[in-house]
Amino acid sequence: MSLVAALRGHRLLSFALALVALQVVLALLAPWIAPHDPLAQVVVRRLKPPDAISWLGTDQLGRDNLSRILHGYRASLAISGGAVALSLVVGGAIGMVAALRRGWTDRIAMRLMDVVFAFPLMLLAIGIVAVLGPMPWTTGLAIAVVYTPIFARLVRAPALVVAQSEYVAGARAIGASDARILLRHMLPNLASILLVQASLLLSAAILVEASLSFLGLGTQPPTPSLGLMLSEGRNFLMLGPWSAIFAGLAILFLSFGFNLLGDALRDTLDPRLSKLA
Amino acid sequence: MPTRLLADRATDLVLVVLGVSVVVFLLMRMIPGDAVAIMLGANTEITPERLAALRARFGLDQPLLAQYLAWAGAALSGDLGTSLWTGRPVAEEIAAHAGVTLQLLAMSLAFGAALAVPAGCAMARVRGGAADVALRVATIAGITVPSFWLGIVMILAAASLAPWFPAVGHVPFAQDPIGNLQRMALPTLALGLPILASLSRLVRTAMLDALGQDYVRTARAKGLSERRVVYRHALRNALLPFVTSVGITAGYLFGGAIVVEQVFALPGIGRLVLGAISERNYPLVQATILMVTVGFVVVNFAVDMLYAAIDPRVRR
Repeated sequence: MSLVAALRGHRLLSFALALVALQVVLALLAPWIAPHDPLAQVVVRRLKPPDAISWLGTDQLGRDNLSRILHGYRASLAISGGAVALSLVVGGAIGMVAALRRGWTDRIAMRLMDVVFAFPLMLLAIGIVAVLGPMPWTTGLAIAVVYTPIFARLVRAPALVVAQSEYVAGARAIGASDARILLRHMLPNLASILLVQASLLLSAAILVEASLSFLGLGTQPPTPSLGLMLSEGRNFLMLGPWSAIFAGLAILFLSFGFNLLGDALRDTLDPRLSKLA
Repeated sequence: MPTRLLADRATDLVLVVLGVSVVVFLLMRMIPGDAVAIMLGANTEITPERLAALRARFGLDQPLLAQYLAWAGAALSGDLGTSLWTGRPVAEEIAAHAGVTLQLLAMSLAFGAALAVPAGCAMARVRGGAADVALRVATIAGITVPSFWLGIVMILAAASLAPWFPAVGHVPFAQDPIGNLQRMALPTLALGLPILASLSRLVRTAMLDALGQDYVRTARAKGLSERRVVYRHALRNALLPFVTSVGITAGYLFGGAIVVEQVFALPGIGRLVLGAISERNYPLVQATILMVTVGFVVVNFAVDMLYAAIDPRVRR
């Protein structure tokens, strides 16, 4: 009830939240709500346009597009969500510790982050997957590595301000440990920044994961994956474009939902900015 | 520009390039299994003697630091190694593919940046109400549309609407300028539209910020036309964050280019690196990542310096 009350008057945020929630629920329930087995090949029903049996058509092996997209949502959200969570924890911790300790810790940590940040994001991710081999966890790890410096740099500047605050000085005066200061005093003040950025970066991570799968450096066949559906569908574009078209739309909706959510959250959490936007 | 700032930034530049080279070097040492056995390839029988000989040839029997120093030293003198399959110097392979990618990047960046300025200004003038929300949703959709999907949809549309149009493939500009531009048109659109969306959003925010400043009120109070206020007074200041973000955008754009090249069968750096990965041609992968990254670091350094030259506040 309190959520509904809090959302009153924030129509864009409510819409974004609903869009994201719908897709997350679809992904979670995929094994139960998918109309067909995503791996079942029906030879007589290859490259069919949408019809009563397969609402979104079938692919080149006669597999049901809708079922594959629902399962693809799962893979996409699991990999990109895991990657963003990992980079949030690692990058956020690096940024906060750098801001709290300052001096050499700060200098060395941020220089290391600069080095990772210097790589074009996709190129480093491709390099990491190429070296470790294409598997769901390597794709996730690659995305986490390239996102870590983004979180570290993002958190450091506001964390520096928080670390100078009187309540942190007060906590230190009563003998609180660094870990306690970080978790109990600094983290809650940085949470809204991290939340907004996590949502925006998740939106981007979904695109990166789809790109890597599209290039053959992510989820491997026959596992259903949105990026993979696009690259496989591309070869049969003139015969039956449906799997490529719908898989692309699914990626767009998923990424769009999280981007809009981050955007609307930023307005809601930071009233100063909403005047501008 | 004060030499102090230049010296500081140059030191940063050298440190980052050094770090990048270490990361690239270590990355290639993380290949699971015996990289040398992979390099021998499937056609050669693998014997312990052959492995040992090859290890010695690549210096893999040396300590890690010695290996790095030898590799980095050679790279500094322009020797990035040889491609395992063609035997050509890696630098030559990269140079042969760089042109297509650079053309694609330049064209999409020019397309996105050029249209973003008027689009962003127009968006800044529409404030509040349904139009504002619609524009906002449209730009977010533009940012999140996968450019490789956009490319596929464009190929499909071109095939059914204009079957005579050469949508995919590549011909060198020097050989057939019109054919080259025709084939680059769709990739440029696919890559440029998301850039247009994100940059025009940026221009809009910067414009709104600038329009709230005192000098804009003064200009309005002087009785200048709204057009003149927006384009002559506010825009100049709004363009500063735009300039820096174009540099950052270029790096992001490169990631998109790798995928778009694949969609439109363009023989650029993306295809080179993906081909090298599938052939397990690690020296080529290593050198390409190093060269491209160092290229971006240098370009961003140049943009930083340009920014400092334009904006006196950055100079301190």
